[in-house]
Amino acid sequence: MSNVLQIAWLIPILPLIGFIINGAGRNNLSKGVSGFIGSAVVFASFLLSIYVFIQVKNGHTDVLHYFNFINIESLKIAFDFKLDQLSSLFLLIITGVGFLIHVYSTSYMHEEPAKDFAKYFAFLNLFVFSMLLLVMGANYVIMFIGWEGVGLCSYLLIGYWFRNNDYTIAAKKAFIMNRIGDLGFLLAVFWLIAKVGTVSFDEVFSTVNLAKLTLTDKTGITLLLFIGATGKSAQIPLYTWLPDAMAGPTPVSALIHAATMVTAGIYMIARSNILYTMAPLTQGVIAIVGLATAVLAATIALKQNDIKKVLAYSTVSQLGIMFLGLGVGAYTGAVFHVMTHAFFKALLFLGAGSVIHAMSGEQDMRNMGGLKKHMNITHLTFLLGCLAIAGMPPFSGFFSKDEILAAAYANNPLLWGIGVITAMMTAFYMFRLYAMTFLGKFRGTHDQEHHLHESPFAMTFPLIILALLAVIGGWVGIPEVFMHGGHKLEAFLEPVFANTNEYVNAHHPHEHLSPSKEYILMGVSVAGALIALLYAWNKFSKYEKTELPSTGFAKLLENKWYVDEIYQSIIIQPLRSLSVFFNNVIEKKGIDGFVNGTGKAVNYGSRQLRWLQSGQVGAYVLLMVIGILVLFIIQLFL
Amino acid sequence: MDIKAYIVLALTLFTIGIIGVLVRRNAIIIFMCVELMLNAVNLLLVAFSKMHAVSAAVKASPTYASDAQIFVFFIMIVAAAEVSVGLAIIVMLYRNTHSVDVNFLNRLKN
Amino acid sequence: MGNYITFPELLIWLPMLAGILCFISKKEQSAKTIALIFSLIVLVISAVSLFYTDSKFATWNIVNYFYPNNIGNSFYVGLDGTGRLLTFLTALAFPVIFIATYKNNYKNAASFYGLMLLTQSGLMGVFCAMDALLFYFFWELALIPVYFLCSKWGGEKRIQATFKFFVYTFTGSLLMLIGIIYVYLHTPGRAFDDNTSSVHSFALNAFMNASLSASEQNWLFWLFFIAFAVKMPIFPFHTWQPDTYDQSPTSVTMVLSGVMVKMGLFGLIRWLIPIFPLATVKFSHIIIILSVIGIIYASFIAIVQDNLKKLVAYSSIAHIGLMCAAIFAMNQLSVQGVLLQMFNHGINIIGLWIVIELLEKQTGVKHISQLSGVANRAPVLTILLVIIALANIALPLTNAFTGEFLMLSGLYQFNVWYTVAAGLGIILAAVYTLNMIRNVFYGNTNSVVDTVNEISFNEKFILGFIVCLIFIIGIYPQPVIDLTKSAVTELITKIK
Repeated sequence: MSNVLQIAWLIPILPLIGFIINGAGRNNLSKGVSGFIGSAVVFASFLLSIYVFIQVKNGHTDVLHYFNFINIESLKIAFDFKLDQLSSLFLLIITGVGFLIHVYSTSYMHEEPAKDFAKYFAFLNLFVFSMLLLVMGANYVIMFIGWEGVGLCSYLLIGYWFRNNDYTIAAKKAFIMNRIGDLGFLLAVFWLIAKVGTVSFDEVFSTVNLAKLTLTDKTGITLLLFIGATGKSAQIPLYTWLPDAMAGPTPVSALIHAATMVTAGIYMIARSNILYTMAPLTQGVIAIVGLATAVLAATIALKQNDIKKVLAYSTVSQLGIMFLGLGVGAYTGAVFHVMTHAFFKALLFLGAGSVIHAMSGEQDMRNMGGLKKHMNITHLTFLLGCLAIAGMPPFSGFFSKDEILAAAYANNPLLWGIGVITAMMTAFYMFRLYAMTFLGKFRGTHDQEHHLHESPFAMTFPLIILALLAVIGGWVGIPEVFMHGGHKLEAFLEPVFANTNEYVNAHHPHEHLSPSKEYILMGVSVAGALIALLYAWNKFSKYEKTELPSTGFAKLLENKWYVDEIYQSIIIQPLRSLSVFFNNVIEKKGIDGFVNGTGKAVNYGSRQLRWLQSGQVGAYVLLMVIGILVLFIIQLFL
Repeated sequence: MDIKAYIVLALTLFTIGIIGVLVRRNAIIIFMCVELMLNAVNLLLVAFSKMHAVSAAVKASPTYASDAQIFVFFIMIVAAAEVSVGLAIIVMLYRNTHSVDVNFLNRLKN
Repeated sequence: MGNYITFPELLIWLPMLAGILCFISKKEQSAKTIALIFSLIVLVISAVSLFYTDSKFATWNIVNYFYPNNIGNSFYVGLDGTGRLLTFLTALAFPVIFIATYKNNYKNAASFYGLMLLTQSGLMGVFCAMDALLFYFFWELALIPVYFLCSKWGGEKRIQATFKFFVYTFTGSLLMLIGIIYVYLHTPGRAFDDNTSSVHSFALNAFMNASLSASEQNWLFWLFFIAFAVKMPIFPFHTWQPDTYDQSPTSVTMVLSGVMVKMGLFGLIRWLIPIFPLATVKFSHIIIILSVIGIIYASFIAIVQDNLKKLVAYSSIAHIGLMCAAIFAMNQLSVQGVLLQMFNHGINIIGLWIVIELLEKQTGVKHISQLSGVANRAPVLTILLVIIALANIALPLTNAFTGEFLMLSGLYQFNVWYTVAAGLGIILAAVYTLNMIRNVFYGNTNSVVDTVNEISFNEKFILGFIVCLIFIIGIYPQPVIDLTKSAVTELITKIK
């Protein structure tokens, strides 16, 4: 083939084939076979992604055209894949972490019956397929296909145990929240079509077409796209689905919350970077919403006792940090944080899964403790993950978070200040989790204690790999102050953000932070996190179960600021009442009432008139005479 | 004689007829009242015919003053036929119900 | 004028012939066989006709018979892009319905199938007619058998429901008849091939050239529109629909919702807009607002519906509302989207009805609250239903996505706020559809559902077929777009 990248269509197709085989053969395939197929297709995609990545690194970026999805006079939407630095990086993350999660799942889900096991792998593969479509699409419509696809898959996976009512409600909630965001995305696409008549990235971001867009257009489009991102990436006000999504199997949580789905919003905005750069108002909104989400979710995470809930809120919080990065124009930083976050959050979720596995399904940290003795690998890898997310140097989280915070400082020191406080809270709740789970003494039942064991190799292997990545993953983005040319990622992604950089330099070049200032900033944030970390470590390694209900502010946090309840009472309930009102009053009494009323009126009138037809001859004659008299009177007197 | 006298007489007869039809329930009396009304109209017809015959133009006609009177004969013949049918119905009615009260007859069925 | 039989004639007369044969046959089995075989033949013919779209095949596609000394009417039928698409949908729907309900036993099956086929004939006629009188004739021919089908084979409250249906549709039809006559009296004359001519004409072209002042157009527009609005149906003319869908035998409901509601949309595209372009532009805002109200209103009601059939009925009202709004947005994207979506909606909703029919037949229950956990008993049915339901809420890569995308995109260019409001319908659709799936299919089984068995082969086959169509059109909608492209352009130029 002439084009070295032509083979890329196999990357999404392979998981799709896996989905079809596992889905169609779920009654016949043994667990081993379906697990193998599910993992193997993703691994093959991963190898291809590495190939593509190398080609892209050598400068072969391309848009691959397959067929026209929609082709009418005024609009042409092609089924194209765009392979450049950004998408190839995401390909690696998705297929790489995705593969590890598949491997982990073969062991974690082993208790399931073979039929459901195959179904589970089919859904996982479909999820990977959708996500790959999302990042490979060369226009907003193909991206939207993947965008909704991942929403669907998360719905299917969260509701995997479909016999449980709470789980299916959580699944539904996830889908609907996503749909609300999707409407924003769609409207943005319509806006683009109306203004520039195309949805292809290359064409939209071309100078000619950008010139067609006024500032209002750009602000509107970017804000609407951002609404889409708040749904998918769980930001205020649409974040509440994500903690509930913990209903799914733990590896699914790792896949959805760490590696893939939630980063879709970041990817989309990074992809549209030039539009966002040209719409400063939107950037401001993103930064504020991102930071607000980060703080809100972090405060909630402080008081949660469910191990997965803590991780879920920490994900929301970290996503908020990424949006802060996007909002202050640190696109590279945000993408960098997506990458490192994928490593350490997948690690933490899988580690939590390992713990839950050992605890026979127990998720409440108050019943754990002292697991360090029983689960060596899980404990060690988990600790590394916690250090990484807490931003301790030289673990990966430090580099990416620091880059975002530095950019935030350059924008507005206040943003930086709140960011640092969030980072401190992060360190606190992560080490609260760590200490409650692994340190101290065991607080569960005797049966559980007896059952404690390290997880099998298929589960610990991904943990080890991810731990390794969580430690060294940040080293591709060493800040300039430490090492000249150390930020390999920035150099790699440079072409993607070239337009933006040019625009920024032309319009309002921001001064670089002096190295000394940068050191100070780093020092402050690391010191803050370290203090929080040590405090949490000390406090919770001696944790004792208490039955005292928490009060005041703690209660507010424990109940997640009552956001779900507020939504329930100010949005869902009124809408439901409205539905009932429409159904019972307007539909039945109003329109149907009118229609049936017409019929009834005719019936009633006829029944009344019937009495005239009494059969009494006298009555008839009388009427006749009266009639004649009336006619006479009319004739003679009127 | 003044035409008004005829009109008053005819109207009186007619009104008696109407009132009779309205207030009586005996089929035969209603029948007689109907005849009374019919004949009131006949009387009026003849009276007007006579009145119009006064003009010269009408006198010159070969059917001098006879049109309306012939009509009256027609009406009387038709009325006679009607009476025979009507009386026959009443007789049948009496045989079936042993009554000639019209208020019993408010149903056509049975 | 051809000396051979044309496609439209075959499509109209074959079902009618089959219907008459069914009436004669009297026996249930033979009537079934006749119906199935003839409907398959019609499907094949219709499929073949899709390949003869080129103008050099004009004599195969259009025909015009007339009586000497007529009043300007003739048997004038023809196929264009829109007509071809909808006749194909009709031809596709009937065999699907017959196969899916093959195991049902109807009292008096011969007349049942006979009436069904007459309906098909009428529908074909509506989609082919190029003559207003003929159009009206077929319009009624399609409706009257449905009236009998509902009132004879329907559910408990069928008489009431049918009566409502009848009053609604006939009020509409009569208004349209008045309109047709009025326009007829203002048409130019028409010359025929035998050198005779008439003072006025019923032909479509003549109707388009009728000399109507703007104010005449304004009120005539509403006469036609109400007839079509009742059929679609558009808020507030919709209340017959849930009751009728609920009470009719399911195969009739499939015809009603899958094909017959398209008569209204087709009427707008073929007759209303070309004849009254000025009034269309003038009233487009009012109608779009009505449609958008209908979308949101019907979606809200669907959320609280407990009756599965009524839920689908309200969902259909919402979808049709979007299509109507898109037609009146009058740009290429939106109209193209409508044509695509008419076909898709027909397929999807028939699929939904098949599933509901299967559930009702096995459990005897059609209320969501009485069902639970069907997925435990019938996983294949659940998978197929979930796919069809997701297609119904326009998930990408299913057929409805392309249609809704184009329609909303076109509507956006007409007015932003209408699109936002119509877009809320998408969210609400997800709410009621997922609620339904959750309550009926997920959870644990209850005593009603315990008797449910997995579906049989022919049901799997037909649902599988529908699912395949959903994906094929969803991934590659271009053939459907190409088929109707010229019709769209034509319509748009009329209005400009």
